[in-house]
Amino acid sequence: MTTTSAPPEPPRPKRRVGDRIFAGSATGAGILILVVLAGVAAFLVSEAWPAVTAPAGDIPGGDGLTAYIAPLIFGTLLAAVIALVVATPLAVAIALYITYYAPRRLAAGMGYVIDLLAAIPSVVYGFWGIAALAPAMVPFYVWAEEHLSFIPLFAGPASATGRTMLTAGLMLGVMILPIISAISREVFSQAPALHREAALALGATRWEMIKMAVLPYGKSGVIGGAMLGLGRALGETLAIAIVLSASGGITFNLISNSNPSTIAANIALKFPESTGLDVNTLIASGLALFVITLAVNMLARWVVNRRADFSGAN
Amino acid sequence: MTTATQPAPGGTEQQGLVERHRQLPRFALAGLFAVGAVVGVLASVLTGFNLVLAVIYAVVLGTLSVYVASRSVEGSRKAVDRLVTCVVTTAFAVAMVPLVSLIWTVLGRGLRRLDGEFFNSSMLGVVGEGGGAYHAILGTLIITGLTALISVPIGLLTAIYIVEYGTGRLKKAITFLVDVMTGIPSIVAGLFAFALFAIFFGPGVRLGIMGATALSVLMIPVVVRSSEEVLKLVPNELREAAYALGVPKWRTIVKVVIPTAIAGLATAVTLAIARVIGETAPLLITVGIINGTNLDPIDGRMATLPVFAYYQLTQPGFPPEFAIDRAWTAALILIILVMALNVVARLISRFFAPKTGR
Repeated sequence: MTTTSAPPEPPRPKRRVGDRIFAGSATGAGILILVVLAGVAAFLVSEAWPAVTAPAGDIPGGDGLTAYIAPLIFGTLLAAVIALVVATPLAVAIALYITYYAPRRLAAGMGYVIDLLAAIPSVVYGFWGIAALAPAMVPFYVWAEEHLSFIPLFAGPASATGRTMLTAGLMLGVMILPIISAISREVFSQAPALHREAALALGATRWEMIKMAVLPYGKSGVIGGAMLGLGRALGETLAIAIVLSASGGITFNLISNSNPSTIAANIALKFPESTGLDVNTLIASGLALFVITLAVNMLARWVVNRRADFSGAN
Repeated sequence: MTTATQPAPGGTEQQGLVERHRQLPRFALAGLFAVGAVVGVLASVLTGFNLVLAVIYAVVLGTLSVYVASRSVEGSRKAVDRLVTCVVTTAFAVAMVPLVSLIWTVLGRGLRRLDGEFFNSSMLGVVGEGGGAYHAILGTLIITGLTALISVPIGLLTAIYIVEYGTGRLKKAITFLVDVMTGIPSIVAGLFAFALFAIFFGPGVRLGIMGATALSVLMIPVVVRSSEEVLKLVPNELREAAYALGVPKWRTIVKVVIPTAIAGLATAVTLAIARVIGETAPLLITVGIINGTNLDPIDGRMATLPVFAYYQLTQPGFPPEFAIDRAWTAALILIILVMALNVVARLISRFFAPKTGR
């Protein structure tokens, strides 16, 4: 006769050394990301501080930090808004074309070609902007000055080189086009097939199907994509530095030679030759840019993620 | 009293709910578009020929003629559908214009100096003609290599953390902040690296490693995002099978998860490299430019291809045309590098993808 004794305590899962090291380094890498982001903010603040506390007369321009940065922020926003206005409708149309209009067999290739636009380095866009786009825009500027000068945007005098705010904005639009269209494409192709087929079965034309089933579903994705594009446009540096003929001053006149610069372009142009307090001032302007893009990106991610939570597509 | 609704014999027109739609045949639509387009071209010829205006007139009139014809024959709903089709197709064509124009311009100008001398001489002592980007190409390769060396381990480990280990709030925070980090402007990353090194080495410091640090800030989130997607694709059954056999978690990851995902991971890393290899702004303010060859990233300024292109274009010296030619060739090489990396990424994902099925 054997008595059944209580089973011994189940063995504690062995914590192997390999597991500890691996889990630790993976977690460490994740935390490093947080540290880097905090570090970016901390180092920028520490290097920008001398400019914040300096007397107004020592800042370039002589009117203090706010007066120095304000036109730059204005220029940054203006260029980015032009880019957004140009690129968003085009990008949505492209996304619709690739997902629902193009011949099935070609669609993937077309998406790849559009993605190539995103791969081209910013400095090459600058080259193209100054060599091809700016001269091509000059006849339009001359025409706009003659016929549209009652609109403040086209007050003129028209630039002879084409290196204007409008050219810069258009170029930025081309650069952010693939970002917006990639995200729009993704959400459009995820629109529930049942909704689409139901619409078609009820006799809707293709456009009515898109209007009823695809666009409402993809709206927040498009908004999020546009805001990501906006974030990219705000931070774009060298393309603007090469193309824009900047001479400061807040103006809505888009076709003249005197434009406000953008924060990023201004840093790229001035930084290599700056010393002392000028460097701190530029870093302070970079901090402003960092805060603006951070806010825009967080908002964009929030919009995109909110869609992902409720869409039921995953 | 009810009469059966049978089709009337003799083939007279059918009455009832089913309405037959008249439809325009395909060739008629294409023909109408062509007619409108020709009228548009003629109009622009009559008012003084201009290629851009001619195309605009042609597209607008072609679209209009299709719309009007469709509206009169097929009804307004169908007409709107056709109109949207035209508009959407046009938008796609418009988006192709900059791409084609850009590649055309860069090829046309860049091919002039794409010769042996460009690849095996630096700018040391070169005034005017000749000279090349040997030093800049090597500099770009070294700095990009260093960047990959820093970013790939950190990025991969973070992705592994998010997919395999992460729980709760920390995981959420890291995922969100990686997303936010993808949006950091490149110039701000450059300023960060500058501020970091300026604290230790004083202002005015320019080092290759600073550039690599700045580029890492841009590259890490890209690596994390894309490898995270790839790791998520590895089926859970594989992991569970390994655990069931008593394999520790870290060996499961190293021996099962990563080998399954290796093609996708390689693609992700290649695309991330393609993303940073053309970055100019951070290198401009952290690495600077020199004319000679410096291959030591912890000793002074280095030359890199994008910065080289930028300075050759904007500060060409005298006579300017030689430097401008060099700038365009450098831009062409940059595009070729980026495209090549993209193609390599495609090939990796095609040929090394895990075999599915038995």
